[in-house]
Amino acid sequence: MTKSRRFSWFVFSSPQTFYPLAGTLQPWFAVLAALLCAAGLYISFFVAPTDAQQGESYRIIFIHVPAAWMSMFLYLVMGFWSGVGLVLNTRLSSMVATALAPTGALFTFIALWTGALWGKPTWGTWWVWDARLTSELILLFLYIGFMALQAAIDDPRRADKAGAVLALVGVINIPIIYFSVQWWSTLHQGASVSMKSAPTMAATMLVGMLVMALGFWMYSIAAVLARVRCVILERERHTEWVMEEVGLHA
Amino acid sequence: MNWQSWSQFLEMGGYGLYVWGSYAVTLVVLVAEMAELVMRRRGLFERLAKFYAARRRNDETEA
Amino acid sequence: MIRALGWVLRRDLLLAFRRRGDVVNALVFFVIVVSLFPLGVGPEASQLRNMAPGVLWVAALLACMLSLARLFAPDHQDGTLEQMLLAGEPLVVLVMGKVISHWLVSGLPLVLMAPLLGLQFDLPGDALAVLCASLLIGTPILSLVGAVGAALTLGVRGSGVLVALLVLPLYVPVLIFGAGSVGATAAGTGAEAHLLLLGGFLALALVLAPWASAAALRIAME
Repeated sequence: MTKSRRFSWFVFSSPQTFYPLAGTLQPWFAVLAALLCAAGLYISFFVAPTDAQQGESYRIIFIHVPAAWMSMFLYLVMGFWSGVGLVLNTRLSSMVATALAPTGALFTFIALWTGALWGKPTWGTWWVWDARLTSELILLFLYIGFMALQAAIDDPRRADKAGAVLALVGVINIPIIYFSVQWWSTLHQGASVSMKSAPTMAATMLVGMLVMALGFWMYSIAAVLARVRCVILERERHTEWVMEEVGLHA
Repeated sequence: MNWQSWSQFLEMGGYGLYVWGSYAVTLVVLVAEMAELVMRRRGLFERLAKFYAARRRNDETEA
Repeated sequence: MIRALGWVLRRDLLLAFRRRGDVVNALVFFVIVVSLFPLGVGPEASQLRNMAPGVLWVAALLACMLSLARLFAPDHQDGTLEQMLLAGEPLVVLVMGKVISHWLVSGLPLVLMAPLLGLQFDLPGDALAVLCASLLIGTPILSLVGAVGAALTLGVRGSGVLVALLVLPLYVPVLIFGAGSVGATAAGTGAEAHLLLLGGFLALALVLAPWASAAALRIAME
């Protein structure tokens, strides 16, 4: 009697097996993202009531806060997969980390842009040096540094590992940076000019933000899966299976 | 329903520029990312096809 | 191990002493940059006094960062670094020796120069003392964290600017509490908390940075 082999998720830890899995999953996440974002947009415009103090400008919160959450979350995920790639010496984990960075950076940019556009009607200036926005700005620098380092190093494995060290140093530093910036901002401006002084959360507002956050999360997964497929093809171009894959599509 | 008319919706109580500026830029950024990914994949296939063809020609001339 | 540390320290100090130009350049950069700010914003004393902690700290930070190019790159170019990796001594110890010598040569002069420049900005005596203290605790952190950046970008093209990009965001907490300590003294509230926090950062950096630098050096030299 032959023993049947138990299925293990580790079978997907090679680029060759992960590539088709990513290709299958990606459209589903894209659809989920579209549905959740549509629902979130509906809530943000048609269900959530007008705020007494800030009027309609507060609706920006439905993009600003979820984007900020995603920017932080994606950096942690990036740090995690980078670390796995460094410690276990796996190629695919590092490729996923590389694929995560641009999406994370874009969400950081969105958080900064919407933060500025929210600050202008609320506090009169295009930029508010409050704890969250300033920390987001530094997070953007951390993302850009990661991408720049990987772009500057020609050898892909060295780029993977160097990026991993940088990402892990960044992950350790983020709480320190956030704490420092928060202290700095309360000292210099007082808690009144803080993005945290958002309207007291009506339940609908919180639900709207959560739905949008989920939508952004699904979108991120879809985008990262698509990008990692490109990275895999580029990095593994010397293998047979990529040649066949390209031959299929050419 | 929050809005009585289309124009009210677009104006956002006077904050139209900020609200729509935020939503629009977000949409543009995300759509641009998607487009860049599509173009990256297509460009990659073209480049790789050329790369393989050149390599095959090289192998043939050497053989 | 201590002997290895001492050896590396002595070697680096000797090399720096032979090329005094490099060392002095960083110091002169510090002085020039600090002098640029009053030229940019005007000589009004109260404004300068307000700006002084930030200006002095940012200039020190930039000067430290510029001198990171001397930390690993020359040894990498002439092959010494490879020998260090092959040596029996733990790489962490050797890195620590290099960082200490880097601080002695590039950080400590800034600490000594800062009071003079602080006088240019009309900082009162107690603020000057706190400025020195904060730089004394802070510049080693800058050297330690900078070493990680220098190790990551070893031999990479465009590494000068790249190091800046990598390392400056990590310098932000040191800047905030370093400049904040002087500001707090000038404002009358105590600087104790700031200096204690800086001390905490230094302790953390002493533990983590040499290890991260050593890992980055191994990655760069594979």
